[in-house]
Amino acid sequence: MKYQSQKVAYWFFAAAMLLLSLQIVYGFIMGFAHMGYDGLHSVIPFNTARAVHTNLLVVWLLLGFMGAAYYIIPEEAQQELVNVKLAYIQLISFLLVGVVAIVGYHLNYWEGRKFLEIPRPLDWLVVVNVLTFLGIILATLYKGKKRTTTSMVLAMGLVFAALLYLPGMVWFDNQTMDSFFRWWVVHLWVEGVWELIMGGILAFLLIKLTGVDREVIEKWLYVIVGLTFLSGILGTGHHYYYIGVGKIWLIIGGIFSMMEPLAFLAMALFAVAMYRKGEKRHPNKLALYWTLGTAVLSFVGAGLLGMAHTLPQVNMYTHGTLVTAMHGHLAFWGAYGMIVFSFITFALPNLTGRKLYDTVNGQLAFWLSNIGMLGMTAAFGVAGVAQVYLERKTGLEFGAVQQEIEVHFLVLVLNATMFATGITFYIIEFFRYGRPNNEAIGVEETL
Amino acid sequence: MLSKSQARTFFLGGTIVTFAIFLGLSWNSLSNDVPKQTNLQNLTEQVVRGKHLWESNNCMGCHTIFGEGAYYAPELTKVFERRGEGYIKAALMTQTPWAPRGRKMVAYGFSDAEATDLVAFFKWVGEVDLNGFPPKPDVSR
Ligand code: HEM
Ligand code: HEM
Ligand SMILES: [Fe+2]
Repeated sequence: MKYQSQKVAYWFFAAAMLLLSLQIVYGFIMGFAHMGYDGLHSVIPFNTARAVHTNLLVVWLLLGFMGAAYYIIPEEAQQELVNVKLAYIQLISFLLVGVVAIVGYHLNYWEGRKFLEIPRPLDWLVVVNVLTFLGIILATLYKGKKRTTTSMVLAMGLVFAALLYLPGMVWFDNQTMDSFFRWWVVHLWVEGVWELIMGGILAFLLIKLTGVDREVIEKWLYVIVGLTFLSGILGTGHHYYYIGVGKIWLIIGGIFSMMEPLAFLAMALFAVAMYRKGEKRHPNKLALYWTLGTAVLSFVGAGLLGMAHTLPQVNMYTHGTLVTAMHGHLAFWGAYGMIVFSFITFALPNLTGRKLYDTVNGQLAFWLSNIGMLGMTAAFGVAGVAQVYLERKTGLEFGAVQQEIEVHFLVLVLNATMFATGITFYIIEFFRYGRPNNEAIGVEETL
Repeated sequence: MLSKSQARTFFLGGTIVTFAIFLGLSWNSLSNDVPKQTNLQNLTEQVVRGKHLWESNNCMGCHTIFGEGAYYAPELTKVFERRGEGYIKAALMTQTPWAPRGRKMVAYGFSDAEATDLVAFFKWVGEVDLNGFPPKPDVSR
């Protein structure tokens, strides 16, 4: 690292690892419940487990993004963070809000809208927190010597993500309106502004890891985020097919969401092309693995598996089934889980001064987690397709179908075990790095 | 070859144009489609109370409605039509977990008034014009 204040990123990453571990525990609870083992029902019913699982996911990803921003912005702007103390306070208060929300979910205290379960009073605390975060980032950029495209795209993604949280905080009496605006948060996040954040982080990593000229990388960054918004904004229509709004969305949503994979394809091609083009190789091999891995798996999970059920003719049958869960897992993992992992893998040696660039644990972490997640995706997929056929095509009753497909959840849990083993290796490596320290300033390898 | 400033123009231009179209279409949907397709005249206070119970208990954490939610328990968009008031109220008011085929639901033990509100909500939900969702099974067994 180059600036002392970048160290704060480490603690965001550590918190993210902790929350990911907890997320996995609740994932297993649900996997077993689907298999018929719901022994925890009276303490942690399925809806509690699910809200905890998905909210922890979003929070650890956001912590990862924030940590990455606290690392990237000083380096790009050539300026220490304007207020490091405030950044620590922001981390701790964010975690506190999260803990309160999760305890609340065990006590039937929530808002009960998928992904937006956080109760309204806590939403306001999130707003204050995120404003603090943005304040630090934007002030640093403003004071800095340079405003690079990479840092601007990243900052823009973060600002828009914050703005788009607001439509989820409006109260509607009409379920259709509720759903309509819920997607302004959920869809426009993952298929819009989060891709800007991902693109910004990816561009930064490629600049550092491949040594390709910044101008070239940043040009393609504009093309990628251009494709994202061009397809993704009107692509929101793929959630408006069957919620009680007009048929125009079948056409608009169908056409534009079919174009959404282009942005992910562009990201994959871009990463591979820059890797080939770069004449030098950064010694941090694991960071390169994760970076190329996220570019490719985001295309598979979000792009291809998203495309598989995005046409209205298909979605009519798959809408709201385990097919959605299949796509949800590989998309979230491949795009956002893995970009956070890429960044952490890149940043840890620079923050701590230890060069665990290519270790056995690190390799095991990469392969086990990714193969495990692909296996989980397959299990959800098989269960989902069987469910769609039996329930939606032949009209077999829901419960009867669920009993038919229980066995696929055994496959899910086995693959999830492989995934969790990979994550365990990753966390072991995380601890082996030790703490960030000032001796690591100015000694990182550069190309 | 494309230059960086052309790439930036593509990004800004595409974003502004598609976002403007999106806002226009959304406005049209909310002011024209929603009143018709969701039968606003039937959206009574009772239905709204039912919606509130639906949310404050996170029913969506197990079930789907309009195809949105979780995949642990049945789709409920057409539950009123499928099961009728008596069955639904029994499931909502029981003190021991309702568990058809062994999969347990939380035993909420709602009062009769609360259960009636939820039934009203389901009835309203079932009447929304969803462009054909959920599909009718078309393969014979
Ligand atoms: C990284 C990007 C993406 C992530 C993280 C993601 C994640 C998700 C999640 C979690 C859901 C379930 C949402 C809910 O029901 O509340 C969902 C639904 C959906 N996604 Fe994605 N997605 C991504 C990209 C895409 C893309 C690029 C496409 C299309 C090409 C797509 C198509 C769909 C469709 C059609 C649904 C609705 C499924 C249904 O009707 O039940 N997604 N996505
Ligand atoms: C041990 C690993 C995991 C297991 C066993 C697991 C299992 C599950 C189960 C059973 C559900 C609920 C499906 C339902 O509603 O019936 C679920 C939901 C979900 N999980 Fe996981 N999960 C795991 C890890 C992950 C990871 C690592 C991610 C993201 C990177 C993730 C993202 C999600 C998302 C986005 C949903 C909501 C999907 C939707 O609504 O369509 N899960 N998970
Ligand atoms: Fe979407």
